[in-house]
Amino acid sequence: MLSRVADSLYWMSRYLERAENTVRQLDVTMSLLLDSTGTTAEVRWDRLVKSLGIREGLGWSGDPEAMARRLVFDPNVSSSVTTCVNAARENARQVREEISTEQWQRLNRLYHQMHSPQALAQFRNSINDFLASIVDGIHLFKGVSDTTMIHGEGWQFIRLGRHLERAYATATLIEIYQESLLSLPDREHSGYQYLELVGLLRSCTSFEAYCQVYTADLSTDRILEFLLLNQDFPHALRYAIDSIRSALEAIQRNGGRRPPEELNSTVGRLQSMLRYTTITEILEGNPGAFLHTIREQCKAIHDLSYRYYVQYSIQSALAV
Amino acid sequence: MELEQLFRDYPLDSAFDEMRTPNGGIRPHYQALLETLASLPHEELLRRKQSADLAFLTQGITFTVYGREEGTERIFPYDLLPRLIAAKEWERIERGLTQRITALNAFLKDVYGEGKILKDKVVPRAIVYSCKHYRRQMCGLEVPRNVYMAVVGSDLLRLNTGEYVVLEDNLRVPSGVSYMLTNRRVMKRTFPQLFNSYGVRPIEHYPQLLLNTLRSLAPEGRPEPNIVLLTPGVFNSAYFEHTYLARQMGIDLVEGRDLVTHANIVYMRTTDGLKRVDVIYRRVDDDFSDPLIFRADSTLGCAGLFNAYRAGNVTVTNAFGTGLADDKAMYAYVPRIIKYYLDEEPILNNVQTYLMTEENERNYALENLDKLVVKAVGESGGYGMLIGPQSTKKQQEEFRRAILDNPRNYIAQPTLDFSRAPCLFGGHLEPRHVDLRPYILFGDKVSIVPGGLTRVAMEKGSLVVNSSQGGGSKDTWVLE
Repeated sequence: MLSRVADSLYWMSRYLERAENTVRQLDVTMSLLLDSTGTTAEVRWDRLVKSLGIREGLGWSGDPEAMARRLVFDPNVSSSVTTCVNAARENARQVREEISTEQWQRLNRLYHQMHSPQALAQFRNSINDFLASIVDGIHLFKGVSDTTMIHGEGWQFIRLGRHLERAYATATLIEIYQESLLSLPDREHSGYQYLELVGLLRSCTSFEAYCQVYTADLSTDRILEFLLLNQDFPHALRYAIDSIRSALEAIQRNGGRRPPEELNSTVGRLQSMLRYTTITEILEGNPGAFLHTIREQCKAIHDLSYRYYVQYSIQSALAV
Repeated sequence: MELEQLFRDYPLDSAFDEMRTPNGGIRPHYQALLETLASLPHEELLRRKQSADLAFLTQGITFTVYGREEGTERIFPYDLLPRLIAAKEWERIERGLTQRITALNAFLKDVYGEGKILKDKVVPRAIVYSCKHYRRQMCGLEVPRNVYMAVVGSDLLRLNTGEYVVLEDNLRVPSGVSYMLTNRRVMKRTFPQLFNSYGVRPIEHYPQLLLNTLRSLAPEGRPEPNIVLLTPGVFNSAYFEHTYLARQMGIDLVEGRDLVTHANIVYMRTTDGLKRVDVIYRRVDDDFSDPLIFRADSTLGCAGLFNAYRAGNVTVTNAFGTGLADDKAMYAYVPRIIKYYLDEEPILNNVQTYLMTEENERNYALENLDKLVVKAVGESGGYGMLIGPQSTKKQQEEFRRAILDNPRNYIAQPTLDFSRAPCLFGGHLEPRHVDLRPYILFGDKVSIVPGGLTRVAMEKGSLVVNSSQGGGSKDTWVLE
């Protein structure tokens, strides 16, 4: 597969995952704001902006709706839903011949939904409904991607992008939440604290899944265990890293080049770490540093695969 | 619907009408189409039109309009009624085009080789060497299988006598074939019974023919050639077509930045390292193809491509410099070129053309600017054109000055009263001017899929069919 094409598929997928993450976190924050006093509102908003990786330009103004509108529609805000959907579509457009017609139509519809003249009115009418319909659109896209595309190399790059973006976003989110989480009492939460924990789980669409495993009995260590170490839940970090590993293996299966050892060992190390560490060890150590390492390794995986699959030096490729 | 209703706004004049005879009768091969239309209720017709619209929309059949930041993708306008071509007419077109392409290919080989036709003074040297698309670098270079252009899209018109004539030979990077294919797909869904009863010759195998043609031109010793389509990228107006053809043929769509050359071999960058490229179906103009040889500021091409081509390690088609033979002034010499190489009379005639480099022809043209069409020789897509009868005195004056300034750059032709075909507007028919662009493939032999793109001047009375100037298209049915 052409390197440029793999790169576009990868970014198309990452941007859509990012859009979904923005929508979900915004949705959770908006409902938490309903239960907020003036000061906690600002704290919550800051936390949202930080966990989306937005560095500046989106400080709390006191008007939740206006803030949310910018995070959805402002093309100048990085990670805004519009920014991500535009970028995903632009990447798809450049590899139009590689994706299925159904995928293109879905993505196009999502793009036109964001840009339709009625979008703002629908948003004002019900932020909830609007955000839900965007998530629906993204889910439909993922669905047709899995059912209409050959599960070959291109699809694996889509998968790689999706899970790398998700792993990075989840690690960032937990890193930002962890301080306030760890300061909570072990059991017996006040109503507000309970909402906070539910909010974190819902940001990763994990509330129901969590309840199935641990019942609605929320505790910090269990939540962290679930989000970091569960091997069966698609939004858990371990699951994402496992998927990254398997996508890379599939990509390398038919390749004739020397395998990228540094990349493979970085992924392998991260995978083992999540597989063989217990939550007690993490909590007794330095959880902040632990999460930070995970993020750094995700970045390294991106850089290494970019250098191996896309921007490799011609001289070294000729030497093979 | 009643016939009178269908024909309520259908004037006949001196132009040839594809459906009606001058006295108002219906040509036999259009009879069944008309009966079907007349039998459909107005609502049903509208419903079919809407479902065809939707089919075009959801397939994303668009072209790019230059110079606007947003909304640059447009749906290509189309008309619901097919243009019908009788078997006998088509047979003549096919023979004529084959003859013409064979002669033009021989001409290119000769001019870039020995130059016999120049020595014999059949074509003046001055007109060759002053051509904007003449490529000195091609001289003495042997192209694979001696085929200069694998893909040609000639534009034909039908005069008021009913005779088909060639208006232009597009030998560089002709486009539009994807519209021909998608038009057909939509039409089959819109009028299935009609299609079935007519016995329409199929065109759907075009991508396969194209692939075979490209494969037949691969360099020697490359039995499993890696064939790619080179596109200028997503901002090109024909990008949709490039993606469409690549997908239909199952080959990679590459951009210049995907290619690298090393030791005169072209590679593409893949996730599995560099992979050798054997055949390039080039949809990038000569000028932009290789910054080392042609325009140095181009980022659309691949540095070193031309040398790899010269070394015979990669086939690039169409070859560079083919634009020499579709120059609008060279066009006037095509009948002589056919006679020179094949010793045959042209089967398809030219439109009468006045060369501004010839004194008496120029004088005639300058006196009759209000009646003639003047064209700049190097332009295409309907740009740089004066349509005499529809022009102002001021425009005529500008062209007069431009012609005197640089006579080699212009030609003049009579304003053609070319044929019109019925188009559906709301619930009735109106005639619109149409041309025909068949697609000719040239590999180990010449093959033409029966049909082509019928382009329609959608504006009432307009003579301009180019998509960049508001033209549309319709499906073309060649009958058994």
